[in-house]
Amino acid sequence: MKRMSWFNTVSITLGFVFLYLPMVILVVYSFNASKLVTVWAGFSTKWYVELMGNEAFLDAAWVTVKVAVLSSTLATVLGTMAAYVLVRAGRFHGRTLFSGMIYAPLVMPEVITGLSLLLLFIGIGLDRGIFTIILAHTTFAMCYVSVVVSSRLVSFDRALEEAALDLGCTQFQAFRLVTLPIIAPAVISGWLLAFTLSLDDLVIASFTAGPSATTLPIKIFSAVRLGVSPEINALSTIMIGIVTVGVISASLISKRASLRQQAEEQAAVRT
Amino acid sequence: MAQNVFAPWDDPTETPLIQFKGVTKRFGDFVAIDNLTQDIYAREFFALLGPSGCGKTTMMRMLAGFEAPSEGQILIAGTDMAHVPPNLRAVNMMFQSYALFPHLSVWDNIAFGLKRERHTKDAVSARVEEMLKLTRLEKFAKRKPHQISGGQRQRVALARSLAKAPKLLLLDEPLGALDKKLRQDTQFELMDIQEKTGTTFVIVTHDQEEAMTVASRVAVMDEGRIMQVSTPAQIYEAPNSVYVADFIGDVNIIEGTASPSVNGYEVRWAEGHAPLVAKASQVLREGQRISLAIRPEKVSISAEKPENSVNAIEGKIIDIAYLGNLSTYHVEVAGGIMVKAQTANTRRLSRRELTWEDKVWLNWTDTAAVVLEQ
Repeated sequence: MKRMSWFNTVSITLGFVFLYLPMVILVVYSFNASKLVTVWAGFSTKWYVELMGNEAFLDAAWVTVKVAVLSSTLATVLGTMAAYVLVRAGRFHGRTLFSGMIYAPLVMPEVITGLSLLLLFIGIGLDRGIFTIILAHTTFAMCYVSVVVSSRLVSFDRALEEAALDLGCTQFQAFRLVTLPIIAPAVISGWLLAFTLSLDDLVIASFTAGPSATTLPIKIFSAVRLGVSPEINALSTIMIGIVTVGVISASLISKRASLRQQAEEQAAVRT
Repeated sequence: MAQNVFAPWDDPTETPLIQFKGVTKRFGDFVAIDNLTQDIYAREFFALLGPSGCGKTTMMRMLAGFEAPSEGQILIAGTDMAHVPPNLRAVNMMFQSYALFPHLSVWDNIAFGLKRERHTKDAVSARVEEMLKLTRLEKFAKRKPHQISGGQRQRVALARSLAKAPKLLLLDEPLGALDKKLRQDTQFELMDIQEKTGTTFVIVTHDQEEAMTVASRVAVMDEGRIMQVSTPAQIYEAPNSVYVADFIGDVNIIEGTASPSVNGYEVRWAEGHAPLVAKASQVLREGQRISLAIRPEKVSISAEKPENSVNAIEGKIIDIAYLGNLSTYHVEVAGGIMVKAQTANTRRLSRRELTWEDKVWLNWTDTAAVVLEQ
């Protein structure tokens, strides 16, 4: 490999330090034996043990996971439907308005989304809890799903659906048997995006969460206001770990899929 | 020909499989199909031929059910298809892009339509095997569409559209993506399969050679109208308009005024030159403006003035197009008119006696030219 020039080396180092130094510090201090966050007193995993005994945190983590799974699944269904209509229905009355309204929440400040949802839930007399968080997260995540899926649908060959209809499928069968399997990767990445968005949302969740259900970001945020504890560092380290494993395995899966396709194509050329 | 001539369109007792009755299709202000009436018979290989934008694809998409006519009726086997969706029509289509399902194997692609019907598993696989055999794809059954060649993909698309044994098969530029040699082979294969299965084929193409090769009848289209429908030989030998004559093959058009004579008509085409003699099937008025359409291969070229020829005109060779088996001479005659004469290269090129700038004589018989009214 060619050696990098000193300029490139310095830029890369500075860049990575800027990005990852805060996280490294957090991870390191999660193994600190001292209760004081800023003083190093030797290696210890006691904060992790303590965390496991902290019911409040575990409850919040469980709520967060439930919210993320349910809301991202709902958002994927709704977002895919919206994307399908946008791309497929052609020019119907009010199309521009419809697409504009789907994308608007993307640029809407979260505070406003959260506040308006809060007003809605109060207005219709819905008790705030895990259900309202799920609804709120579905609302804002479906826009992201719809953007991801519609960009795939635009390049989708319409003739494939027509062929399915021609061969005896109803509209719904054509979608289920032909369109969906082909756009599945986009739908899955839409789901992953929605899942991550829900996982780390603080603002909207804090507007729509009630005393009966609190998500992890809210819990961490409120705990930190009373002072950073090593326990929070441990929790954050676990979250970093989960996200890292998720991202790496997702990219490995997609890389393997593309490698296999390449190999198949080469095999086809040879014969 | 000793065998029975296939010509249901000449038989008044035959009922057509497909009937277009005053069909008009508009896209906004654009008229894609203009009040079109046409019958197509069972077992026909019917070609829709025309330049892009002439409405041929729209006609096919209306047959498949992807477009509905704005006015008029389309009947298939006597039933009005207006409210029959594509999935309930006994019509299958082979798409221009083939539209093979990329996530399914060749076998599953062919089985796709069959699985939508109530067949047993064994019946489906027997039919798929039959189709694989018909299209010689047995070895590729397990491959995915991206793992086979273009020609193989084309055959998968054909097998898939034939699997349900449709009454009518629509082929949208089926050979467009193949190279010339493969295209010619596939044309004969298509004709063979059409004969074996007895299916009615309607093919859309802009390639006149392809239409002439495969079709029992050719419809030449322009701007949403059918200009002429006839057998390939009739279309070529007896076009009914300058448009058709010009669209099918190469043609020389000489304009002039007709006057009746003992042997057909005399056509005055240039001042101070002897009139041309032509037979016409129609009756022309004295002094009527007409066009003579003469195919290049019916024009002989010679260095000396031919004797006893009714039509002989003098000119100068401007260009020679050498095509291997044939040569086309571009000859400028009186009034700057270019006339193409085509001859078979029966002798070696080095022994060719005519060359650029030579004064030559062109001649043709009195039946060679088709008289077209303007």
